[in-house]
Amino acid sequence: MPESTKELYTEEITLNMGPQHPSTHGVYRGILTMDGEYVVGVENVIGYLHRGLEKIAENRTYTQFIPYTDRLDYLSAMLNNLGYVQAVEKLMGIEVPERAEYLRIIMAELQRMASHMVFVASFALDLSGWTGWMYPFRDRERILDLFEMASGSRLTTSYLRIGGVAEDVPEEFWPALKALLADLPRCFEEYDGLITGNEIFQARTKGIGILDVATALAYGVTGPNLRAAGLAFDLRKARPYGIYSRFDFEIPTGQNGDSFDRFVVRIQEMRQSLRIIEQAVREIPAGPVRAKLPKVLRPPKGEVYHQIEGSKGILGFYLVSDGSTRPYRLHIRGPSFVNLGAFPLMVKGGTIQDLVSTLASIDIVLGEVDR
Amino acid sequence: MASVETVFLSGDQWLKNWLFSWGMPESWVFLCTVVVYAVAVLLFVFANVIFLVYLERKVAGYMQQRLGPNRVGPGGIFQCVADALKLLGKEDIIPASADRGLFRLASLLIFIPATMLFVVIPFGREMIVADLNVGLLYFIAVGSTATIAVLMGGWSANNKYSLLGSMRAVAQMISYEIPLAFSLLGVIMLAGSLRMSEIVAAQKDLWFVVLQPVAFITYFIAATAELNRGPFDLPEGEQEIIAGPFVEYSGMRYALFFLAEYANLVSVSALAVTLFFGGWQGPWLPSWLWFVIKVYFMIFLFMWVKWTFPRIRVDHLMGLAWKFLLPVSLVNVFVTGTAIKLFQAMGW
Repeated sequence: MPESTKELYTEEITLNMGPQHPSTHGVYRGILTMDGEYVVGVENVIGYLHRGLEKIAENRTYTQFIPYTDRLDYLSAMLNNLGYVQAVEKLMGIEVPERAEYLRIIMAELQRMASHMVFVASFALDLSGWTGWMYPFRDRERILDLFEMASGSRLTTSYLRIGGVAEDVPEEFWPALKALLADLPRCFEEYDGLITGNEIFQARTKGIGILDVATALAYGVTGPNLRAAGLAFDLRKARPYGIYSRFDFEIPTGQNGDSFDRFVVRIQEMRQSLRIIEQAVREIPAGPVRAKLPKVLRPPKGEVYHQIEGSKGILGFYLVSDGSTRPYRLHIRGPSFVNLGAFPLMVKGGTIQDLVSTLASIDIVLGEVDR
Repeated sequence: MASVETVFLSGDQWLKNWLFSWGMPESWVFLCTVVVYAVAVLLFVFANVIFLVYLERKVAGYMQQRLGPNRVGPGGIFQCVADALKLLGKEDIIPASADRGLFRLASLLIFIPATMLFVVIPFGREMIVADLNVGLLYFIAVGSTATIAVLMGGWSANNKYSLLGSMRAVAQMISYEIPLAFSLLGVIMLAGSLRMSEIVAAQKDLWFVVLQPVAFITYFIAATAELNRGPFDLPEGEQEIIAGPFVEYSGMRYALFFLAEYANLVSVSALAVTLFFGGWQGPWLPSWLWFVIKVYFMIFLFMWVKWTFPRIRVDHLMGLAWKFLLPVSLVNVFVTGTAIKLFQAMGW
C-alpha cells in the first residue's frame, strides 16, 4: 500500500438486503450501497417469487384462472378476482345481476380495508411498533372470518365468478358484517391513537421518502401512493367500473407525498371504504347472484384491457382471445411492481431505517411484483 | 415478622458460626462467605432473568390483546424452561469467516459485568455484598464495560449487519452514559455520598424521586438507551439490521446475550429503586420484599415503554442525548446545587 493511502480513509459498503430479511415484505432483495448508516444507492432485485402466472393462464380455461389471481397480491384476493372476472365479462359482454354487483362491492371494499390493515400493521412493525402490529390484525381477523363465511376460505377466496359470485352469502354473514361496521370507527381511532399520533412515529415518517406528483406520474405510480402526493386520482371515481358510480365517497389525498401522508391516506381510505360498504348494505337488492352462462366459455376473437382500483394502485388485466376456451395471452399490470420502481429514487440519501420505513410505506406485495 | 425480615442475615450468621466451629481461620471464613454471596447473587440474577423473560412475554401479550405463552405448564410458566432447553440443544454455529477467539469470548464477556453490578446493590437492610464507598461510581464504571463485549461480538462475526449494529451500540452506549452519570449527580449531591447504604439512608423521610423528578426522567430515558431496549433498541434493530451484533450467534451463545440484557434490566431497575425510590425502605413488609416489589414496578415501567413506542431513528437518538438530555441534566445539577446552598444559607 502506498504511503499516501495509509492514512484513515472511508469507503462505501455494499449491503445485500434480502431476499431473506425481516422487513422486505417477502422476498424482495435490494442491493444497497451504504455510506455508514446512510443509503447512497439501491438496486431492486426481484423475481424470487416468479411463478409465471401469465404463461399459466394460456393453459387454463377462463374460469380455471380465477384461483390463480388470488395468488397475485395475496392480501387482496377479492380485488384481484374482481379485476380478472370483469375483464372477461367485458370481453364477452356479460351482464351481471344486481345482487352480485353489490356483493362484489362489499367484498372488494372489505378486502381493501383488510389489505390496508396489513399495511398499517406492517408499517408499525417496520418501525418496531410491535403493539401497532397486533391491533389492525385483530380487526382484519374479523374481515377474514366474513370471507370464510362467504367463500369457505380466508385468504385465497376465489369468491367471484365470471358473471357473478360463487354463491350468495349465508344468513349469519349480515349480522356479523353489521357488528363489524359498527366497531370499525372505534378501531380506526385506536390506530390513530397508538400509531399516527405517536411523536416518534411522526419524527420518523414526516419528510421521509418524498415522492412528488410529477415523479409519481413519470414512474407510473398509482393508488394511495399517488394520492398521498396530492393528486386525487381514483379509478372508482375517474372511470367507474361495476356500480361504483352509485356510491357517495371521497378521495383522501395528502400534500407532501412523504411516508406519513402515505400512511394517513390509507387510514382515511379505510374510513371511505366503510362508507361505501354501509351504503351497499343498505341498498342491496334480493335476486340471483350469477348470470346464466354456458358451461364452457368461448369469448369472441378480440382483446380487452380492464383496470380497477386495487388496494395498491391500478390493477390491470389485458386479455387476448383467439376464440378458443383459453386466453391466447394474459398480461397483468401489478401496481406493486410499478410502484416499487420509484423506490430507489425515494430512499437515496436517507438512513437505512428510513429505507425500511419507506419500503413499508409503498406497500408492496411480492406475489404481485414477481407474479 | 422480625424473623422474616432477617431470614437472610441470620442464615449468613449461622453459616459463619458453622464455619468457625470447624476451627477455620477468619480469612478462610471470609473467603467462603464471599463464594456463597456470589452464588446467591447469581441465583438471584438467574431466577429473575428466567422469570422476566416470561413476564415480558405476558406483559407484551396483554398489551397487544393476546394471551402470551399459555401452553407449557400453568399459565405457560415453564415456557422459559422449554426455551432454555431448546437453546441448549441447538448447534453452536461459528461463521467460517469469524474471528473465533473473539467471537467466543464476547458471549461470555457480556455476562460478567451484568452480574458484577449486583455486588453494590443493597437488596435489603444490611443486605449488600460489598458496601463500597464509591458504590455508584463502581456501578457506572462496570456497567459501561458491557459495550466492549457488544463491539467484540459485532466485529468478530465479520458480518456487515453486525458491524453496523456494533457501531450503533458503541455510539449509543457511550453517548448515553454521559446524561446517565449527570442525572445521578443530583442524587449524589443530596445524599452527600457515593455509598449505596448512605444514599438509601438519606431517603428515610422523603424519596429522591420527589426532590429529583427531572433527574429520574433523565435517568429513565438514558437507562433505557443503555439497556438497548425499545424505543432505543437500535443496536439490535431487528427490522433494519436483523439482530445487529448478535446476528451470527446461535444456541446458548445467543441466549447469553439475551440473558445479559435481562440481567441488566434488573440491575438498572435496582439502581433506580436505590437512588430514587428509597431502596429497600418501606413499612410493614420485610425490607428485601419491598426491594423486589419496587424493582418489579420499575421493570414494568421499562416494559410498558418498550411495548408502546416505535424505534427512534439513529440521528434523532444522538440528538436526544447531546442536545436535550445532557443540557437538561446539567441544568438539574445547577438547580440542585443552588437549592442546597440556599437551604443551607437559610438554615433549614
